[in-house]
Amino acid sequence: MSDIPAEAGSPLHVVRRRAGALGDRLFHGITGLSAILVLAVIIGIAISLLIGAWPALMKFGLGFLTSDSWNPVTNDYGALVAIYGTLVTSLIAMLIAVPVSFGIALFVTELSPRWLRRPISTAIELLAAIPSIIYGMWGLFVFAPFMSNYVQPWLLDTFEHVPLLGSLIAGPPIGIGVFTAGLILAIMVIPFITAVMRDTFEVVPGVLKESSYALGATTWEVVRSVILPYTKTGVVGGIMLGLGRALGETMAVTFVIGNSHNINLGLFYPGNSIAATLANEFTEADGQMYTSALIALGLVLFVITLIVLSLARLLLMRLSAQEGK
Amino acid sequence: MRITFNKALLTGLAALAICGSASAAVSQINGAGATFPYPAYSKWASAYKDKTGVKLNYQAIGSGGGIKQIEARTVDFGASDAPLKAKELDKHGLMQFPMVMGGVVPVVNVKGIEPGKLKLDGPTFAKIYMGEITSWNDPAIQKLNPGMDLPDSKITVVHRSDGSGTTWIFTSYLSKISDQWKSKVGHAKAVAWPVGVGGKGNQGVASYVGRIKNSIGYVEYAYALQNHMTYVSLKNKDGNFVQPTSENFQAAAANADWKNAPGFYEVLTDQPGAKSWPITGASFILMYKDAKNPEAAQAALKFFDWSYANGDKMAEDLDYVPMPDNVVELVEKTWSQEIKGKNGPLWPAK
Repeated sequence: MSDIPAEAGSPLHVVRRRAGALGDRLFHGITGLSAILVLAVIIGIAISLLIGAWPALMKFGLGFLTSDSWNPVTNDYGALVAIYGTLVTSLIAMLIAVPVSFGIALFVTELSPRWLRRPISTAIELLAAIPSIIYGMWGLFVFAPFMSNYVQPWLLDTFEHVPLLGSLIAGPPIGIGVFTAGLILAIMVIPFITAVMRDTFEVVPGVLKESSYALGATTWEVVRSVILPYTKTGVVGGIMLGLGRALGETMAVTFVIGNSHNINLGLFYPGNSIAATLANEFTEADGQMYTSALIALGLVLFVITLIVLSLARLLLMRLSAQEGK
Repeated sequence: MRITFNKALLTGLAALAICGSASAAVSQINGAGATFPYPAYSKWASAYKDKTGVKLNYQAIGSGGGIKQIEARTVDFGASDAPLKAKELDKHGLMQFPMVMGGVVPVVNVKGIEPGKLKLDGPTFAKIYMGEITSWNDPAIQKLNPGMDLPDSKITVVHRSDGSGTTWIFTSYLSKISDQWKSKVGHAKAVAWPVGVGGKGNQGVASYVGRIKNSIGYVEYAYALQNHMTYVSLKNKDGNFVQPTSENFQAAAANADWKNAPGFYEVLTDQPGAKSWPITGASFILMYKDAKNPEAAQAALKFFDWSYANGDKMAEDLDYVPMPDNVVELVEKTWSQEIKGKNGPLWPAK
């Protein structure tokens, strides 16, 4: 019984609070450390890329970005072909993937019968889980011949005399090239964009939607005036996630882009992307300048990704600034 | 107490055993490099392990990687499809020797053309890769193949997208037969290709040529055979049209002057001889002259010696070409002269 006064002397809740304070500090420290670790890794990557790329950057300067030469024999390197290929394939991918993903997400959350939702959602998640090399092999062995035999000849015939499209849809119909790479990328990023969009659409409060319907709004009006404004951060985030993946995708692109250091306006011509060039040439790159030029390409990709993410931030900031006006 | 004592004793014994095995006999040889000879090396290694218990750990990371690894001394030997120049070898204190040979073979995918039927000569071949001859029924090709029904279709050129020893051998050939190629493109493991699409690895080129109609590419002999590809007959230095066969690759090697090639730097392309296949190449092994780990270096030499002596049949089964005996003799003589450990040569002079 003598224990009771002792306990009362050092009240339990004080002890608890002390332990709690320590736990809090510890937890704060650990989470903070984890966050700093991410920053440290990013900065570390940037610094090591910069150090590796330094010889090439010193030799070629800004001309590295604008030169379309890539010649291991004369050690003359430029990033333009790879940058062009990276941006064009990603652009094609986004042009196709964004509307399709939007459609899928909308259908699953708003329009689909209840029994169909789960199968479609599962299918999307399965698509996201397929390794990129499988897409590459499928692209090379199944998709490229299909493009070469049916799609490309038809497109070439159809658009031959159309002014602008005619010069874009040009090149040898061999099924391997920038266009096919863009299509494969589209298929690869659709599950990512769709999954994010679906999840954000699902959190729109039912009350908001039902109120709009009650006011006589059509489904499209609800989507445009209620769902999209409510979820725009998530939607933009999903698109950026897809774009980030498209820019950096390596294996699938390497299989179907044709790996040729040439820039052609025609989308059927073979081209090259930054990631594909790195995957192809890094193992056998001997000589300091060659390796350095490849690392410089990696640095360029890093910067492009950074710019894309910053633009997304800016876009979101402008969107939220317009709110309430 | 007793248990801990036993444990300690066991650990001690285990440690002793490990030390003992390391100093007495090397149980594993480490190598890294070229992908092209990998199937041959691994077949030899598996037979050698059955016989002696010594394991070869060979990482096929590419010739460039192999050179880097041996320079960093992380492996006992490196392997490269392109020989290093004598100056390069001296800089790092390395020596090299040829281990196995192979041929590079042009392959085509043109409807109606059977393996070995299409004939090409050097200048025409170079012009196709320069992008100057763009159609299969070009007069230059037709002239070499009178009576053959060649389609009026655009040629799609396929080349390697990665740097490779195969490309090194191939561009060596093109540079020898075409001044234009030599001055405009050059000779290296990766070049700025004037035209075409790039496939990764021999397999990549083989599958592109298989996929794309009216294409032409170049692959290692083994890949052409195993994928049942339509190979081409080439005109050699003596003016004969030759087929890519093991016999013709060996003919090219036999005519090479290994004795007077410092550091075995010998390029077997465009060699004289009635039967010589013009795009032949050897794959090389790189080792340090002053072995930091003499036991491992010696174990590696023993493996190479065994493979030279017993590996011919296995190599031929995989469509590689074994080194001629006179070259092997020369190589082993060089071992005893050049590779030294703390106590002198690691290989006995014969």
